Amino acid sequence: MTAPAIELVGVDKSFGPVHANRDINLRVEKGTIHGIVGENGAGKSTLMSILYGFYQADRGEIRVNGRRVRIPDSQAAIALGIGMVHQHFMLVEPFTVLENVMLGAEGGRLLRGGSARARAELARLAREYGLEVDPDAVVGDLPVGQQQRVEILKALYRGAEILILDEPTGVLTPDEADQLFRILDQLRAQGKTVLLITHKLREIMAATDAVSVMRAGRMVATRATADTSVEELAELMVGRRVLLRVDKGPARPGEVRLRVADARAHDAQGVERLRGVSLEVRAGEIVGIAGVAGNGQSELLEAIAGIRPLSAGRIEICGAPLARPDPALARRMGLAHVPEDRHRMGLVTRFPARENAILGYHRAPRYGNGPFLDQGRVLEACRELMAAFDVRPPDPHLKTANFSGGNQQKIVLAREIERDPEVLIVGQPTRGVDVGAIEAIHRRLIELRDAGKAILLVSVELDEIRALSDRILVMFDGRLMGERDAAADERELGLLMSGVGAGRAA
Amino acid sequence: MNAQLPRWVDLGLIPLLNLAAALLVAGLVVALIGQSPLEAVRLIVQGAFGYGEGVGFTLFYATNFIFTGLAVAVAFHAGLFNIGGEGQAYVGGLGVGLACLALDRWLPWWLIAPVAALAGAAFGAAWAFLPAWFQARRGSHIVITTIMFNFLAASLMVYLLVNVLKVEGAMAPESRTFEQAGRLPRLDWLMSALGYEQGGAPLNVSFLLALAACVFVWALIWRTRLGYEIRTFGANPTAALYAGIDPVRVTVITMLISGGLAGLMALNPVMGDQNRIFLDLAGGAGFVGIAVALMGRAHPLGVLLAAVLFGALYQGGAELAFEMPQITRDMVVVIQGLVVLFAGGLEFMFRPLVARLLAPFLRREEG
Repeated sequence: MTAPAIELVGVDKSFGPVHANRDINLRVEKGTIHGIVGENGAGKSTLMSILYGFYQADRGEIRVNGRRVRIPDSQAAIALGIGMVHQHFMLVEPFTVLENVMLGAEGGRLLRGGSARARAELARLAREYGLEVDPDAVVGDLPVGQQQRVEILKALYRGAEILILDEPTGVLTPDEADQLFRILDQLRAQGKTVLLITHKLREIMAATDAVSVMRAGRMVATRATADTSVEELAELMVGRRVLLRVDKGPARPGEVRLRVADARAHDAQGVERLRGVSLEVRAGEIVGIAGVAGNGQSELLEAIAGIRPLSAGRIEICGAPLARPDPALARRMGLAHVPEDRHRMGLVTRFPARENAILGYHRAPRYGNGPFLDQGRVLEACRELMAAFDVRPPDPHLKTANFSGGNQQKIVLAREIERDPEVLIVGQPTRGVDVGAIEAIHRRLIELRDAGKAILLVSVELDEIRALSDRILVMFDGRLMGERDAAADERELGLLMSGVGAGRAA
Repeated sequence: MNAQLPRWVDLGLIPLLNLAAALLVAGLVVALIGQSPLEAVRLIVQGAFGYGEGVGFTLFYATNFIFTGLAVAVAFHAGLFNIGGEGQAYVGGLGVGLACLALDRWLPWWLIAPVAALAGAAFGAAWAFLPAWFQARRGSHIVITTIMFNFLAASLMVYLLVNVLKVEGAMAPESRTFEQAGRLPRLDWLMSALGYEQGGAPLNVSFLLALAACVFVWALIWRTRLGYEIRTFGANPTAALYAGIDPVRVTVITMLISGGLAGLMALNPVMGDQNRIFLDLAGGAGFVGIAVALMGRAHPLGVLLAAVLFGALYQGGAELAFEMPQITRDMVVVIQGLVVLFAGGLEFMFRPLVARLLAPFLRREEG
């Protein structure tokens, strides 16, 4: 038997009081796709960062192809044939694909020679792995799925034999995710080793050969994928049985709380992204918007929240028209908004958690007197939110960037939901959130519905839309393609999402 | 690698290292022209802190730098780089001076001072308004516009001093000297309480106002809703938009406060020292304020300490040029420039090194 591509023995890493990795042992066989699953904060990212040289392990050893190595920085990782595709892409958007791939590996003072070589190499990689991307396309213009290919190409161009992918499907449409897995299959066929970090268990089941489960900094189990099940993995991850389905009774819709009438809006480039959207959400129901990302869902949420001005149409919150695009006004009228992208919009990651607990509500009388903020009351509010949503660690003074993705999302959700809003609009509530937390978030949304609130849910996870929604609206190219109930056939929804069936528009 | 370092390292150790590096390089320059670096340092320290009058001058200069440093720091929290402190202070001097000229024959100093302070702040704020408005509404970069407004301020003031304010028949382009009521009291009582003799140093009550301004800025930035909006807008403009913070409003208000603080600076030279409106009354303090804010990490306490340091370099440097004729006034500017370079421009140069050296010791205590 050949030496494993990667072997970790007794790897240990602490950040002060936080013991991120405890005595990790891991064996990744060459030429396999190996999944690593675990809740947010379980230590997956720390472990991968150690492999890629961002952090140094406090103890333990790393062996690559059977040889003991030290990885002080990412250059050393690259030299060892380890490549990384980050969750948030590290691309220079105004540069072309070719320029991005060459960046840091220009191969000389003048670009000309290197660029010819890179072009040839790109063509070869494209042939071999089915990674077709136009080398002269500007990266910022490419769809997300293609940008991810560029990241993979970057790693391969640097001679990666072992590829680490951190939550690669978080930003992809189901179709793009399928393409990614085909690419990973090709890579494996060519003898490359792939480490796939995710918490989507279905992907693990579909794509990997073996899977290791992390929980609370420990590696709790490694299984051959064929010998395990989603249920077992979920249980291993959270240490108890989890409900993967949402239990909910039938909705009891009341009066209309949110009305969007023939809304039209443009993006910064002047392209019309909302082309006459009309919908109603009633008290006590969840309306889901299904659709492939980029079909106007983001613009719809922003328009309702008062962030994006409408070029035509109107928005009514609790029966009153939103007089001007002003998020503060929308909030006062009873709207709460969980934005799709918590890093870009929902949080100031540089702030301590307590300051993010009042973002958007910092003018509320309860947080201070006159022009002043009352630190005690802000702190108290943050503690309450953290307790209500089990944010870990429950430390209001910790910098928000230092929370795991799932816990950051909980801070946003807690802030918006605990205000007891009449209307809640939610974008991607569980993006980058682990199984245990998804369950809690879903339950919370259902509770809110049963308390008579109107909820509009946007998600690219069709499963999530189907599990939570009482009615499903499908959005395509800035229009609503039709309405279905929660029991709708997945294939039928899929067709609507791809724009087929436009004739039956609602 | 952008490691988390404890606050005492970021706020204490690294600035000290930067200062030490600056002095070391400056020492090399001094040695190069055949003088003793140690003697030069001794003369600077002695000149700045060694006797009452020196301390008085150091704090007098520091007063200017506190105001302009705070002005830059406030804007910095909103992600705005206000390079226009010089012009705002200069025009602020017009406000202070006009208030004094108008009132010094009618009212006592303690009634004139608040009016003059308000006028200075208002004039400085007004000078910052247009760049702020252009930035907020048109996207014209505030660094460019505030720099250009420095030149506009200089031209405007020369015109006014020569054509409007100049005393009939006098040669110097300056206003008439204020009456006694248009002068701020000196701080002899404070200095003697500290065991110093103020001597000829023009230290005056605007120093106390500068200290109050530090407290004001601290409370504004970290204790008010407006400060929260300013910091949110500076750290993540998209999140600010989401939170319902109007970018135009925040940009304009922040710059008005920033310009107002710069304008207040003029109180010190105009009403506290020269007692008239004169040419180049800001004297470069607006630019030193940028270095002060950078070195002070945009925190009022840091600004205060950095301002005193630069005040000491100004005063000690003047003393040095006097005592060591081979070290000219220009050499002193070189030394000050090195401090600006190391403390401001190369602020993070030593950070990775410090992070690596301290890593084994910090592992247990960092959070």
